[in-house]
Amino acid sequence: MTAIHNDHAETDLILRGVLRDVLGLRAEQVDAFSHETGLFGHLPELDSMAVVSLLTEIEDRLDIVLEDDEIDGDLLETYGALLSFVIAKRSDG
Amino acid sequence: MQLACWSAPGGSEELVVRMGPTDASVRVLVLPAWFDEANKTRHFTIEMMRELALLGVASDLPDLPGCNESLARLEEQSLASWRAAAASAADELGSTHVLAIRASVAIAPKTPGWAYAPVAGKSVLRSLLRVRVMASREAVRAETSEDLLAAGRSEGLALAGYRLGSALVADLADHADTASPLGEIAQAALGGPGLWLRAEPDHDAAQAKALAALIAQGLQP
Repeated sequence: MTAIHNDHAETDLILRGVLRDVLGLRAEQVDAFSHETGLFGHLPELDSMAVVSLLTEIEDRLDIVLEDDEIDGDLLETYGALLSFVIAKRSDG
Repeated sequence: MQLACWSAPGGSEELVVRMGPTDASVRVLVLPAWFDEANKTRHFTIEMMRELALLGVASDLPDLPGCNESLARLEEQSLASWRAAAASAADELGSTHVLAIRASVAIAPKTPGWAYAPVAGKSVLRSLLRVRVMASREAVRAETSEDLLAAGRSEGLALAGYRLGSALVADLADHADTASPLGEIAQAALGGPGLWLRAEPDHDAAQAKALAALIAQGLQP
């Protein structure tokens, strides 16, 4: 149980790092993200070009592959939605 | 700084930016990042070379055939043609070491040196495909990465403004491993996020200094 929990904490940390680096956000702002924090449509930094960089960087740093049909509005709606998706994807691989 | 020419094996005359002492016994061949990443890291790369020069290290940044100021057709390039070009640049310019930036790890000549934040051709291609798929989606055109890739492998593909030939598309798609004999310099060693992640071309003087210092340190006997 602890191992699973640690895994999630690691994914959470990496994902926050990707958002900080790709969107050029301050660490304090990203650290304060909750599951409900809105992403696409809420963060002005996250335009459609940034979405591409974000997805590519998530793939590289978390060693997962995101398919075209997995990428839709819901995926980037909130931080919690993105985190849950990435955690599920990591446990698949 | 000096602007010079060298000849690529395909017969094209290519430009090279040369920095540092002209009589240096050590010359670092700097192979640039590719496509969109090349634009975003150009300023950083040049400033890093300036920093190297301040440390007494000479370096050369050639244009890859079909890129930047090159008059060669990008469509006709492949990893093999870029590899041959990099080897011939190293030879003509008297490079003793190489610094391969990002995807250039795939074409580095057999010279000692470093791979900075290496990335697989496959990731670069995926990113380019994604730009196209997302743009098509906004235009309510149904295109998938898979179909585009299949078409690109046989006929070539225009992605994010770059006209890639079928050979380069296939080479990129098949290049999944960034392992190389070069010493890897991870982005984390530069103390900030990679400049290719920025929305617009930008610069970070501290990172340029940090990379130059790591190279100069690695050159110490």
